Amino acid sequence: MLDLSLLPDGGASWLDASGEHADIVISTRIRLARNLEGYAFTPRARDGERLRILTQVREAFASLRSIEDGVLVRVDELAPEDRLLLHERHLVSKELAGLNDQPVRTGAAVYLSRGVGIMVNEEDHLRLQALHSGFHIPDAFGVIERLDAELGNKVPYAFHNEFGYLTACPTNVGTGLRASVLIHLPGLVLTKEIGKVLAGLQQVGLTYRGMYGEGSEVVGNFFQISNQTTLGRSEGELLDYLVRVVRHVIEREEEARRVLLRDAGYIIEDKLWRAFGTLRYARSLSFEEAMNYLSGVRLAVGLKLISGLSVYTLNKLLIFSQLAHLGHTEGRALTESEANVARARYVRETLATESE
Amino acid sequence: MVCDLCKDGEAVIQLTEIEGSGVRQLHLCEKCAAERGVETTLTAAKPQINNFLQTIHEQMPAAKGEPAQCSFCQGTLADFRATGRLGCAHCYETFESSLRDLLRRVHGNSRHIGRRYVAPLPSELPHVSNATELRDRLKRAIESEQFELAADIRDKLRGIE
Repeated sequence: MLDLSLLPDGGASWLDASGEHADIVISTRIRLARNLEGYAFTPRARDGERLRILTQVREAFASLRSIEDGVLVRVDELAPEDRLLLHERHLVSKELAGLNDQPVRTGAAVYLSRGVGIMVNEEDHLRLQALHSGFHIPDAFGVIERLDAELGNKVPYAFHNEFGYLTACPTNVGTGLRASVLIHLPGLVLTKEIGKVLAGLQQVGLTYRGMYGEGSEVVGNFFQISNQTTLGRSEGELLDYLVRVVRHVIEREEEARRVLLRDAGYIIEDKLWRAFGTLRYARSLSFEEAMNYLSGVRLAVGLKLISGLSVYTLNKLLIFSQLAHLGHTEGRALTESEANVARARYVRETLATESE
Repeated sequence: MVCDLCKDGEAVIQLTEIEGSGVRQLHLCEKCAAERGVETTLTAAKPQINNFLQTIHEQMPAAKGEPAQCSFCQGTLADFRATGRLGCAHCYETFESSLRDLLRRVHGNSRHIGRRYVAPLPSELPHVSNATELRDRLKRAIESEQFELAADIRDKLRGIE
């Protein structure tokens, strides 16, 4: 069984609630898509080619200075539960983990270090990503920029004078940069302003998705906001723009929360304490239920209605109450009903020990 | 609990309405909630790729004078239309003018203005061991019972062969 605690940061530094606005923005992720010269792109490459790519980048990883004591995980050699575990922890994409309709590819791997990862043989040969707690675009980009510069000196990237960094899908070409923030917007959902805000995002060239990216459903009022275009603007412009828009969304969310508290104080308070009560005492919780109640408790903490519960604990509850994580703690794969019971127990015990 | 509006259906949604300074709570059945425009489930935006595939289908005829097939990966525009993925970096040159139009539609621009990149010269790249060297190292690793190292070398060898 895969032991994530052996990773340099336990694969969990992004949950530590350290960044700006950590109660509203759970995490910031920036990824760069890169391909190596001389090979077909991953979806068209043969097994042997993908293994050669892995060999070539592996030698390069060994001498990287901007990543310290990284660990290479051969995703293609992992059991399905372990691939799901990595995905639930936001360390690999669904595609790399073989959780989409396609099975896992030979040569799929991820090189992981403190808050940084490089996926190998994803849709592009390389997906460099930095994952930070809270709203932290400049730091996340600084890390990934250094890593990219260094790696680009050790392996030849496919680059076109006019089109920039070349990618398997033309929606990523140019900078290859996708920056996204995972943001919790219960205030906007409750005041029914969310539709307007989301439509506004799409008008200004940004896009939103559920917590697990493309095609995933929005649960627990968690949204991922990211840039849609990657070509025709510099990396700095793309990021500045995202920062400005996300700041505005945060202001709208804070305003919505003030309105809720002012106009519906006792109703909201009642609702949120009930959510806390359910989490504190329930004996069985489905994933969706847990996410919705956790959303309520997170809002209550943000509104200072509930004190003595840290954002770090809330982040942990969000990630560690997922199927593969629960199975990992129990030491075996769980059925759905077993997982519901294990989830309720995990949430109950965590709240009992980590809330005052 | 029955629905506050039709007094018939089972209330499944608790709706908190805020109008001016007044607040009221309603318990609604799914039908009445839908009639009042309350979304019971909020799904994420349609994956961007679907729209993108549609764009390719509708607006991407092969440009005149372009080769039918990429000489490096043998990919064709038909493959691209079916999957939305290009076969290799050379496809961008092979289908350059078709792609330029598509990129303008998708990104509003076809010119990269971000960071420039120059690939290192082959002589500057780190040395990658060849198969003969690796086979020799594999043999020695097995003889000296360093099995973890041997597995690592075996992987590299599989990659080359």
